[in-house]
Amino acid sequence: MAKKTYLEAIHAAQFEEMQRDKTVFIMGEDVEANMFGTTTGMKEAFGADRVRDTPIAEAGMAGVAAGAAMVGMRPIVDFTISPFLYPAYDQIISIIAKSRYLYGGQARVPLVLRANMIYGNGNAAQHSDRSYPAFMNQPGLKIMVPSSAYEMKGLMKTAIRDDDPVMSFEDAMLWSSSSDIPDEEYLIPFGKANIARPGKDCTVVAIGAMMLHATAAADELAGDGISCEVIDPRTVAPLDTATILESVARTGRLVIVDVANGRCSAASEISAVVSDEGFWDLRAPIIRVTTENTHIPFNAAETALYPSKDKVVAAVRRTLS
Amino acid sequence: MKANLSREDLAEAMRRVFSIRHFEDVAVDLHKNGEVRGALHTSHGQEAEIVGACMALRIDDYMVGNHRSHGHPIGKGAKLRGLMAELLGRSTGVCSGKGGSMHLADFSVGSLGETSIVGSGIPVAAGAALGAKMQGNDRVSLCFFGDGASQEGTFHEGINFAAIWTLPAIFLCENNGYAVTTPISKSANVANIADRAVGYGIPGVVVDGQDLIAVHDAMATAVQRARAGEGPTLIEAKTYRYYDHAANMGRDLNYRTDEEIEMWRQRDPAKLFAQQLVAEYKFTQGEVDGIEEAVVADVEDAVKFAKDSPFPDDASAWTDVYAPVAA
Repeated sequence: MAKKTYLEAIHAAQFEEMQRDKTVFIMGEDVEANMFGTTTGMKEAFGADRVRDTPIAEAGMAGVAAGAAMVGMRPIVDFTISPFLYPAYDQIISIIAKSRYLYGGQARVPLVLRANMIYGNGNAAQHSDRSYPAFMNQPGLKIMVPSSAYEMKGLMKTAIRDDDPVMSFEDAMLWSSSSDIPDEEYLIPFGKANIARPGKDCTVVAIGAMMLHATAAADELAGDGISCEVIDPRTVAPLDTATILESVARTGRLVIVDVANGRCSAASEISAVVSDEGFWDLRAPIIRVTTENTHIPFNAAETALYPSKDKVVAAVRRTLS
Repeated sequence: MKANLSREDLAEAMRRVFSIRHFEDVAVDLHKNGEVRGALHTSHGQEAEIVGACMALRIDDYMVGNHRSHGHPIGKGAKLRGLMAELLGRSTGVCSGKGGSMHLADFSVGSLGETSIVGSGIPVAAGAALGAKMQGNDRVSLCFFGDGASQEGTFHEGINFAAIWTLPAIFLCENNGYAVTTPISKSANVANIADRAVGYGIPGVVVDGQDLIAVHDAMATAVQRARAGEGPTLIEAKTYRYYDHAANMGRDLNYRTDEEIEMWRQRDPAKLFAQQLVAEYKFTQGEVDGIEEAVVADVEDAVKFAKDSPFPDDASAWTDVYAPVAA
């Protein structure tokens, strides 16, 4: 057992899979020198053939990775920040998500698209997106939003071995957070939510770093005798609706914490599923705690737009009032 | 490099040219009858560049097409039955009826799929070339795209990737003069798309797309270069499509003249190649006619096979979204 940060967990997962499978390779902007540390030393360890700096050409990166995957490779593409996925949107949607389907199962596109979400520290509207819900709308993609270093390592290893394209949304709020990482190998399956904290009064589903707010809120509410069940979906596609519905059947209340913009968010989808399939279990309206539906300003006014522990506490209290 | 096509190769090339021509004729009729759903983009007039290019490849080389791509898998050696069944949306189609006219693919002959978003296949073809290179085999990857696609950002990004990484790729621009109805002169400020190769530090070659042997020669040189690890080539085949952008789209829009169409029809690639076989390669007219008759029968067989095949059931819409889950 050793403490590792979220960034170190990304590095460790990739490193182990690169050692295990020589079809795995890494490409992206600045992966050789690497600013954030997730691919540091990889080129020295695995050679220039398998660790490739790319031009700043996001559509090209995605398409090249797709083509390599179709002929038997397992690329990991580092897009750095998530808004840089947008220039590659067509390749991700039209090629990566759809090729297996379009060609009747002939194509397989096993690859991982990594993108971090840096927000909350003054990078303004173009650099601060949390855009996983936009990709949830497309079948064919798997999407993970790990909530801790432990989760990251297990999910990333699963992603690299998966035969389908996986998008990894890496929450920069968690970069320096650390977990105890077992020495032995472990994988965390996709589509299996984690009941991080059992409870009986209100279900709180939280995505990525929002687990920090949910857990802190649950601690505070526990002081008032309110018991929250905190669930981390781990992957938003596939989404483990069964675990969420089962929890809501016990608690009768649901708060969803999602750092994406509220409109058409992961929280909206979870809310809709529970309304459709768990309506008669509900004893109060579902509450979504999400980022407000505006752009992110450069100035410090941005802080108030995101979910917070206090907003989660208030939401849980409302469901119980 | 001068083409080194055997008599069998030449006969096979003629067979593929006729196959595309007759396949397309039948496809148009079936579309008119309402038996083919969606849009239908035919490659009448472009047969020589398709077959000339593909005949320079091995069956295990890779190929990526575009929306106007019935001809590409035929050129690469795919059987007609599965292609025709795909056009008719049958479960025996190459893509199980999920792809249709714009998304044919036959991985068994290296046809990695046609993509209907203009230009989107160019980086994918570069990626297949990267895979081949990393796996240490000597396969090459050919991408067919149009003059329209050469204005897309993916053209630049895909070719640049292939150039910087010295990938075994060939980018073949099928310049048929029009992006839907917009002439290339309104879209590009260069005389030849191949002129752009200099910007990537790779060879750029312009070739008469109606001359199968000329296209094959240019391709053979590019393939040799790619297999030798010397990197990609951009080839531009000047060609023409006889019909409008897609069946029932573009008629009477006066974006081109009857005289222009007639001028190109005078240099019909199927007729030119047939004449060349007789004049230069000692084929008899009877042999050429025999090849065409066999193709007509093949196409009829493919149509019968397709029409006798079942439609996919509704549940099939849910398969192939993700990899099958291991039991």
